[in-house]
Amino acid sequence: MMSKRNIAAIVFFTIVAVFLVFSALKIHSFGVPDHAEMDDEIIANAQQETGANNAVTSVVFDYRGFDTLGEATILFTAVAGVILVFRRLKK
Amino acid sequence: MIFNIPFIAVVALILIGLYAVVFKRNLIKMVIGITLIESGVNLFLITLGYREGSVAPIYTSSPGGIMSLPVPQALTLTSIVIGVAVLALMLSLVVHIYRHYGTLDARKIGRVEE
Amino acid sequence: MNGMSKIVKTISSIIFPFILIYGLYVIAHGHLTPGGGFQGGAVVTSGLAMILVAYGSVWTMGKIKEKNLSLFESLGAICFILLAFLGLGFGAVFFNNFLVGSDFLFGTIPATGSGLADINTGGVLPLMNFAVGLKVIVGLFVIVLVMAYASSIKEGKQ
Repeated sequence: MMSKRNIAAIVFFTIVAVFLVFSALKIHSFGVPDHAEMDDEIIANAQQETGANNAVTSVVFDYRGFDTLGEATILFTAVAGVILVFRRLKK
Repeated sequence: MIFNIPFIAVVALILIGLYAVVFKRNLIKMVIGITLIESGVNLFLITLGYREGSVAPIYTSSPGGIMSLPVPQALTLTSIVIGVAVLALMLSLVVHIYRHYGTLDARKIGRVEE
Repeated sequence: MNGMSKIVKTISSIIFPFILIYGLYVIAHGHLTPGGGFQGGAVVTSGLAMILVAYGSVWTMGKIKEKNLSLFESLGAICFILLAFLGLGFGAVFFNNFLVGSDFLFGTIPATGSGLADINTGGVLPLMNFAVGLKVIVGLFVIVLVMAYASSIKEGKQ
């Protein structure tokens, strides 16, 4: 119980827990975001510029389409990795 | 302080997940802890984009009024898919480790043969 | 792993077309209602996973080889990148929305403010929804199928 590994684990966990609880009580109130100018412009212009009624889909595929390209690459890499682990080499 | 309840829920999720990663020995319990930390971070991203008394940012038959921010919802979508991909790779590696060593104890694997 | 009893096989093959239609509806109406490519793809994958659990992984692997399925996933990824490059050819910007305002395929612009709109709007967004939906369906199903089939092989320590 009193080995060095256990003491180090308890100290690390206590430091992270104190930091998280302290910052959760000091953050801004729930419901009043700090800076929302970019989102106000997106909500006002999304129907004329992209022609879609859904603002979230137009952000995912039109205003920030490059992030969706990176996410498609991650899906492809995960499938390739899983197939690679379970491969049987023919003798 | 009583109105910050979503942020306190985020901290509770992250702390439970961190406890499972640091203090447990079974490999499957560590994987479950990592998934809990991921869920806590996704919840934090969504609660950052809420305005008081707003509706969803969709124009089809909407009841009018102010709308909540759409950009954090789009970033959370990407984060959920990344979590699924990492979970699939972790679980296939755990199956491979069990076939090679015969045990799932994290303190008995990875030792150099003497 | 082996399949389940006769009652489970019959009921799940009756329910599966309804799940398929609901998932394709969520993918196709991604620019009007909440949803899109990723959400609808997850719905269809859970329907396919139900078929896999009911019929057993040995029977499913005998019917569908995973080499043919990976062709569909690459097709979805290539269609997505092709649509992004076509925007480069039509407006000198990567990921340009070149079908908005034109009367070729998906060109009308809805009225400003809250109201209903038909499916003919949206520009290049519905085509991207289909490409990403196909990629997600095939990719997640291949992961589940390979892990279920590999855990049914009995072999000693390597």
